[in-house]
Amino acid sequence: MKSRKAKSGAAVLIALCLALAGCGTDNNKAASTDEAAQTTDSASSSSGGEIKVGILHSLSGTMAISEVSVKDSEMMAIDEINAKGGVLGKKIVPVVEDGASDWPTFAEKARKLISEDKVATVFGGWTSSSRKAMLPVFEELKGLLWYPVQYEGLEQSPYIMYTGATTNQQIVPAVSWLLQNKGKKFFLLGSDYVFPRTANKIIKEQLKVEGGELAGEEYTPLGHTDYATVIAKIKEAKPDVVFNTLNGDSNVAFFKQLKDAGITSKDLTTLSVSVAEEEIRGIGTDVLAGTYAAWNYYQTTDTPANKTFVENYKKKYGEDRVTADPIEAGYDAVYLWAAAVEKAGSTDVEKVKNAAKGLEWDAPEGKVKIDGDTQHLYKTVRIGEVQTDGQFKEVWNSGDPVKPDPFLKGYTWAASLSEGK
Amino acid sequence: MRSSAKGGVGMQLRTWTSRRLWLLAVYAASAAVLFCAPLMLSDFRLNLLAKFLAYAIVALGLDLIWGYTGILSLGHGVFFGLGGYAMAMYLKLAASGGRLPDFMDWSGLTVLPWFWKPFESIGFAIAAGILLPALLALILGYVTFRNRIRGVYFTILTQALVIITTTLFVGQQAYTGGTNGVTGYSKLFGYSLASPETKRWLYFVTVGVLIGAFLLCRFLVKSRFGKVLRAIRDGENRVRFIGYNPAIYQMVAFAISAGLAGLAGMLFVLHVGIISPSMMGIVPSIEMVLWVAIGGRGTLGGAVLGAVLLNSAKSTFSESYPDMWTLFLGALFVVVVVFLPKGAAGLIGQLRGIGRRKGRESDERTSGVRNPAV
Repeated sequence: MKSRKAKSGAAVLIALCLALAGCGTDNNKAASTDEAAQTTDSASSSSGGEIKVGILHSLSGTMAISEVSVKDSEMMAIDEINAKGGVLGKKIVPVVEDGASDWPTFAEKARKLISEDKVATVFGGWTSSSRKAMLPVFEELKGLLWYPVQYEGLEQSPYIMYTGATTNQQIVPAVSWLLQNKGKKFFLLGSDYVFPRTANKIIKEQLKVEGGELAGEEYTPLGHTDYATVIAKIKEAKPDVVFNTLNGDSNVAFFKQLKDAGITSKDLTTLSVSVAEEEIRGIGTDVLAGTYAAWNYYQTTDTPANKTFVENYKKKYGEDRVTADPIEAGYDAVYLWAAAVEKAGSTDVEKVKNAAKGLEWDAPEGKVKIDGDTQHLYKTVRIGEVQTDGQFKEVWNSGDPVKPDPFLKGYTWAASLSEGK
Repeated sequence: MRSSAKGGVGMQLRTWTSRRLWLLAVYAASAAVLFCAPLMLSDFRLNLLAKFLAYAIVALGLDLIWGYTGILSLGHGVFFGLGGYAMAMYLKLAASGGRLPDFMDWSGLTVLPWFWKPFESIGFAIAAGILLPALLALILGYVTFRNRIRGVYFTILTQALVIITTTLFVGQQAYTGGTNGVTGYSKLFGYSLASPETKRWLYFVTVGVLIGAFLLCRFLVKSRFGKVLRAIRDGENRVRFIGYNPAIYQMVAFAISAGLAGLAGMLFVLHVGIISPSMMGIVPSIEMVLWVAIGGRGTLGGAVLGAVLLNSAKSTFSESYPDMWTLFLGALFVVVVVFLPKGAAGLIGQLRGIGRRKGRESDERTSGVRNPAV
């Protein structure tokens, strides 16, 4: 007994020493400069002819399938910029971390990137949950996060740049388009988490004022794969449109079972906001052809910048790879940050934020502009129809880039949604 | 302790005191290292270590029921999470400053739900963070142990508890924050959680709580109560025939273990700044058991060691090899399972045993972990 105790005690001691030694070595020097670095500028990240930036996506776990592609496009953008001479004459060096599809891990790694690696900025996140987990860290340490995915809006952190669409650049125009072209009776189907719930809350308000009708609203847990009940409910409700905010694997199950139930895209219009080229590849074009999606970018979007972007992406990562909206938004983020740094002449977060205001760039999706007030992008809204080759055919676009309005202040019917802020 | 009654009393006593001295020295040195850590580590690393120490508290509780009582719980994530949520609710209300927490607002609530109200008081939150998990464990224990449900059946029930709880928390977005969990805190007792001083303070609190938890477990394990627990592990029916009621002991041990997990969850939230259902899911619940298994089941020091070592390894691997760290971690598990069946604490024993064969023999005689408990 005694000796066993003693041994385990000794083991604890040794482990602690190891852990401390492991941690301690590379940090003693960093610790002394901590205070200075935190308060004023990120001089250390831009010293020595290099600028460190963080890349923080899930490289393992359930979200890896989506996020790895975004990481790839961000790395590609960094390579391209470095090939042209870097930023401020310095090379961009990415520090890659794995968020592991786990929200507390995102917070931990974000903290590590800012306070240990002293990166100039971080590109990362996919799920709203991961963004919400990182947000307090960026606000506390005054770092800057570039978040590349469309999301549910109602957020505006001074330390986040949102390069994906907010609701008025995706969901709201999509609902209007459906009401005008496809029918009035809406069935809302979503995964049970914050994005679909918030999106549907907005849609319900919008339907009330734009003359739509709610035929049903269903949520299934993330990763849910049995849609027999939901499909039965859809059949009974006879909606004109299913507005689909399902995420991930559930889309595969839902669309396959919908097809098995004998409902084709001719009988029922479905519009998805989380199904892009990458997901089509996974679900199968035979099942999805004829359904709609709302995004700001498709691989088929016809701009000169997109031609080179798609070409380079395929050349770098393989012919079978596809580009999609978040992949493009991640790519944009790196270029926009680099442009802001050039303009500011510094990697200091406050200076970069200031320089970013009103910054324009010819992105693959067309012209984008950083809105200084909200730190979101002006983006063109595009509705596309899935073709048999797995690509989208654009059936409608907003013409000009739409001003971001994360709190939907420009819509009187949305007043009740944003009164908390 | 009373084994030195006859024969070589002097020798027994001598080894006993030397071991005791050595043990004391080890403990004192461990504590000293922990208390000096802030001098050696950067704020970020200290924060990480604090998180690992919070994990070590869960590991202690798990070891109490798994290593000593032979009950394998794959549901400790729930108890950990409940503690975390209790603290998170207080912090969220403190940060919202009288307004409705942001996620309730998105989800369409207009008034604060009644069960959130008491969490405005930190005292209530702390009490709830420990007692709620303990109570839940007591109830689960009452319906299972009393009906002599044990072994793998009990383990499956704890997994069911995990699924029920996470589904409930994800589904009730308006009341729990859904998959996002609860995050965005600012103050504890009026001190900013962001300031390095508060963080250092919280680190010391965690070290203190860990030492307290360790002493509590040590006391329990050494007491008559602990002997009964081990007897239950090694032969539940015999214990029953002798006249003890194993169910009561199991329930109490399970509740204490859950309370410790809740306590750890509260500390975790203070260090990490977020609690979400993903922290109480199946994977973390199993991970917690792994810390104990790898550190050395049936030794309290081993449990602490496992939690700290394994999480350090996880962080280090994932920072050095973000693309393939999971493989390294897997390899580590395989190595431990194949070569160190008694965990890392067992390794120290083996190393010592090479030098002192006699000691090793006596160790094997007394080691109770030979029989798999499940």
